[in-house]
Amino acid sequence: MGDILSKYDVLGAFGMTVYLAFFSAIGSLLLGTVVGIMRLSPVRVLRLLGTGYVNIFRNTPLTLLVVLSVLGLTYILGLNLDPSSITGNASRWAIVMLSIYHASFVCEALRSGVNTIPAGQAEAARAIGLTFGQSMREVLLPQAFRGAIAPLGSTLIALIKNTTVAAVVGVAEAANLMAVIIENETGGLVVFLVFAIGFVILTLPLGLAFTSLSRRLAVKR
Amino acid sequence: MTEPLVVLKDVNKHFGDLHVLRDINLSIGKGEVVVVIGPSGSGKSTLCRTINRLETIESGSITIDGQALPEEGKELAQLRADVGMVFQSFNLFSHKSILDNVTLGPIKARRTPKAEAEKRAMELLERVGVAHQAQKLPAQLSGGQQQRVAIARSLAMDPKVMLFDEPTSALDPEMINEVLDVMVALAKDGMTMVVVTHEMGFARKAANRVVFMADGAIVEEQEPEAFFTAPKSDRAKDFLGKILTH
Repeated sequence: MGDILSKYDVLGAFGMTVYLAFFSAIGSLLLGTVVGIMRLSPVRVLRLLGTGYVNIFRNTPLTLLVVLSVLGLTYILGLNLDPSSITGNASRWAIVMLSIYHASFVCEALRSGVNTIPAGQAEAARAIGLTFGQSMREVLLPQAFRGAIAPLGSTLIALIKNTTVAAVVGVAEAANLMAVIIENETGGLVVFLVFAIGFVILTLPLGLAFTSLSRRLAVKR
Repeated sequence: MTEPLVVLKDVNKHFGDLHVLRDINLSIGKGEVVVVIGPSGSGKSTLCRTINRLETIESGSITIDGQALPEEGKELAQLRADVGMVFQSFNLFSHKSILDNVTLGPIKARRTPKAEAEKRAMELLERVGVAHQAQKLPAQLSGGQQQRVAIARSLAMDPKVMLFDEPTSALDPEMINEVLDVMVALAKDGMTMVVVTHEMGFARKAANRVVFMADGAIVEEQEPEAFFTAPKSDRAKDFLGKILTH
């Protein structure tokens, strides 16, 4: 095992995993919030668009989206996000697709958070003269995020593990390196365990942190 | 009556098959205190909520200070800023401190500078007797205190008219008076008020007019003393007979 770690850049591969997860998490949180607001808005067209977004991307396999981004969007439509490097383009597209895919889950987590808020909160916000945007920002979203921390945590953990899908377009993240090592070396089980433990180290503390956060930030009613 | 501030004309509304508001005509003068009473399901809360368009209406018109209620958007928000509303379940913003609850409206909807809004908020909290709780969260206050904060929150917007939708119905009996006292003081100060309530004592003490509703229609309008001693309609006699015998 020692020479596997010295021969291959395992830490670097997990670094790529963290890089993908970090930017996709930010991307999906922003995009998911926007889609969530659309689904909650009083405008019918926006609600339909939001619902359509969630239904399309939540139900499309992530592998399909990632493969489409490189084979379809880059090679056929010429949308190259990093012309200087093939892997750079692939990892950027992976971030975009991970963001788009997980935004649908973030949207639904937020919506479930909004549903924990009594209807009177929105009415009170409107009654003192706040606009839709203001009551969202000041009253509904802050409470929705607190109510949605637990499901958002689950989404983040799923996202970290889903970064492994980027391996299919050649992004050198953890799962990609694991496949390479298993191909070249003996002792597949040991290699597998190393990577499995790597993911546990990434996700387990996050799960604990989110659980304790959701308890501490819960809105007292 | 002084010049009318809130005018409802031929207002109708259905909830599905239920005709909750039937041809409502009501005019509320500046500085007038109107108490709306009636059996549950008579449409009195719905009536109250149509005045700031928390409930939409199907036909008829509602004007406030001569201006028709806007449909949606910024104009509606501006109009709501001028109409205070106090709810049965307080509806204080549960994630914000008492002080922030009161300053949110002035800062966001009126663009009042924060320092000024806080100074005014503390005066109002002083007036309703909860200034010493300003930094707490709503859940840490009693129901009566929360409702008084809700009144302060509405007052902070300097409303032209205040709507009270059963403000004491969710309170324990010993807290009802502390809220009613604040409301009576407001009425004495000349605030225009529409109050949906079951508190007959408040109606007698502070109201200029009692509006009795049943089955979505206004059955009777009278001065409080006349209404309670000599109701004209059978529905009102029946209703008062049921609640005043205890």
